[in-house]
Amino acid sequence: MKKLLLGDEAIALGAIHAGLSGVYAYPGTPSTEITEFIQGHPLTKERGIHSRWCTNEKTAMEAALGMSYAGKRALVCMKHVGMNVCADAFVNSAVTGVHGGLVVLAADDPSMHSSQNEQDSRFYGKFALIPIFEPSNQQECYDVMAKAFEFSEAIKEPVLLRVVTRLAHSRAAVEIGEVRDTNPMNPSTDQWVLLPGIARKKYEVLLGKQAQMLEAAEKSAFNRVEKGGKQRLGIIACGIAYNYVKEAVGNDANILKVSQYPLPEAQVKALAAENDALLVVEDGQPVVEQDVKALLGAGYPVKGRLTGDLPRTGELTPDCVCRALGMPAGPAFEPAQNLAGRPPQLCKGCGHRDVYGALREIIDEMPDARVFGDIGCYTLGALPPFKALSSTVDMGASITMAKGAADAGLRPAIAVIGDSTFTHSGMTGLLDAINENSPITVIISDNLTTGMTGGQDSAGTNKFEAICLGLGMDPAHLHVVTPLPKNIPAIAQLLRDEIAYEGVSVIIPRRECIQTAARHAREAAKAKASQN
Amino acid sequence: MKKDIILCGVGGQGILSIATIIGEAATKAGLHLKQAEVHGMSQRGGDVQSNLRLSTDQIWSDLIPQAGADLIISMEPMESLRYLAYLSPKGTIVTSSKPFVNIPNYPDEAALNSELDALPSVKKLDIETVAHECGNVRGANMVLLGMAAPYLEILSVDQLRSAIATVFARKGEDIVNANLKAFDAGVAAVQPQ
Repeated sequence: MKKLLLGDEAIALGAIHAGLSGVYAYPGTPSTEITEFIQGHPLTKERGIHSRWCTNEKTAMEAALGMSYAGKRALVCMKHVGMNVCADAFVNSAVTGVHGGLVVLAADDPSMHSSQNEQDSRFYGKFALIPIFEPSNQQECYDVMAKAFEFSEAIKEPVLLRVVTRLAHSRAAVEIGEVRDTNPMNPSTDQWVLLPGIARKKYEVLLGKQAQMLEAAEKSAFNRVEKGGKQRLGIIACGIAYNYVKEAVGNDANILKVSQYPLPEAQVKALAAENDALLVVEDGQPVVEQDVKALLGAGYPVKGRLTGDLPRTGELTPDCVCRALGMPAGPAFEPAQNLAGRPPQLCKGCGHRDVYGALREIIDEMPDARVFGDIGCYTLGALPPFKALSSTVDMGASITMAKGAADAGLRPAIAVIGDSTFTHSGMTGLLDAINENSPITVIISDNLTTGMTGGQDSAGTNKFEAICLGLGMDPAHLHVVTPLPKNIPAIAQLLRDEIAYEGVSVIIPRRECIQTAARHAREAAKAKASQN
Repeated sequence: MKKDIILCGVGGQGILSIATIIGEAATKAGLHLKQAEVHGMSQRGGDVQSNLRLSTDQIWSDLIPQAGADLIISMEPMESLRYLAYLSPKGTIVTSSKPFVNIPNYPDEAALNSELDALPSVKKLDIETVAHECGNVRGANMVLLGMAAPYLEILSVDQLRSAIATVFARKGEDIVNANLKAFDAGVAAVQPQ
């Protein structure tokens, strides 16, 4: 049977069919659809597969490791920058090793379609010394899940699965396979306590498995050699890059397709021996290109992103791959003249707009004010007409950067953070600020959802006042307001008053995201109609 | 045979519904298909596009090469020009004629229209008005799909009609018929008189 699936959906279905017992994730483009697909699948309910959203990627990674400890198969999903958040747990899970199969999915975003950088998660896999799978198409996304879980259990290590936006969000027909049962509960009897004496031994064990991982990659069905090129150029095509190469050259090339790492070094050396030069085509950063250069030595010509044959940044396209292969572009229309950029913007009627309406007044009155932003729809407050933000760096950085700037003497220091981002990584920073009574004004713009990724549940909904008070907030400086156009003057006045206070203030503008509000209204109308 | 199509518009205009219907028809017809979509931040009132590739043979790349698209189907006239470098010199643009202005620097409409009209093959229509006349105010995207139908070639008008019926079946017969009516009006608008 064939089904039309996004790369993300193929991964999700592959995981369920491979006997998944739990997915642990925080929403992040382009990974979100994996968990959403699992949440909506009938087998999830039937088998009791865990699929509720986690507070952040670190809690997700650790919970998945716990499920693996208990002997069951677990999947962790995140966008690439989520790997930074869970890195402590991720790297150490390779040292503890795993029991039930554990697959960590990182969805990278070359070209930064919806991200603040284009870091390549394959570096994390190498760093943690674990195998990496990088499927080239939707079918491999499905097929790789069963292999990844099996291999994880065979070598007792987590495996990293890396995709890029273009595969995560592209649809194709996928042939569906067998459905495997979930694992029974069967807790590990190994030692997982990483005290230095134990950790040293376990690290030796991890190093001892490297040869086995390399051998598996050399023999992997996901890696293969194709011969047929008339030119003496060998092409190493990693993951989705394989498709662009095939689109360009068809069967007329000498290709090493790489979808499982560690890099199959013997195959690379064989390809180099049969050709006069190599071209490395990989989406993201030049991870393999660097390794191949090191492997073959300075005398052997290796082309790729580092040599400028392919662009140093941005996702691969059929066009840049053709150029790297020396294939001329045909005639094309000139770019249009009557064209303006159309950046994304906050929805009409969104509560964040009213927050920025009030903030804009404050910034106009107080030119020294700086507003430290965070990650979410409200990052769009940086663009016209609001132009309100001075920084956006990573999840939670608004509060802590405002604190650091205030420590340096900057006044007024204002932080804007969303509800989901606050529970993800803002709470600990607020505790730092409260402990020093730092003179900052924190706005937790609460729209009762994780809005930018499409309206997933937000972990802290209905708990924000309690969280702030529990962290030690002075109730006199904790306020909840309703962000509506008519309330902008009152919110601006509250901001003035709290900015004048030389200590931590928290203002929570709270109004449901208009997208989820509309969805909830539709669902309610449907439920009512079915009752009648 | 293969057809490479760029679907475009502004986030929220419903281009993914068009893709879903073409996808349904292509799957039923046993064609190979790849469809790269835009999710996430850019859906918020920004420019959105989807690369849709249909073929009787295997398709490799999820993305259409420059000068490779047979068809640009656009819910908005300026957006149809954004992907001009991707249109084959022999390709066709099928677009709504009505600007969606949510930016301060939207180009002069007359200049925009004359640039569009100077291209070799362009079909423009006020799809919102036509949808309104059909009594289906939310059916502008179906009118546009109807306009594009004769240019798809790899799929017939009947195959697309049957896909509309399948995709909207769970919403009831009235919705199916309203969408078919809008689709038919789009087909009629581009047929030679």
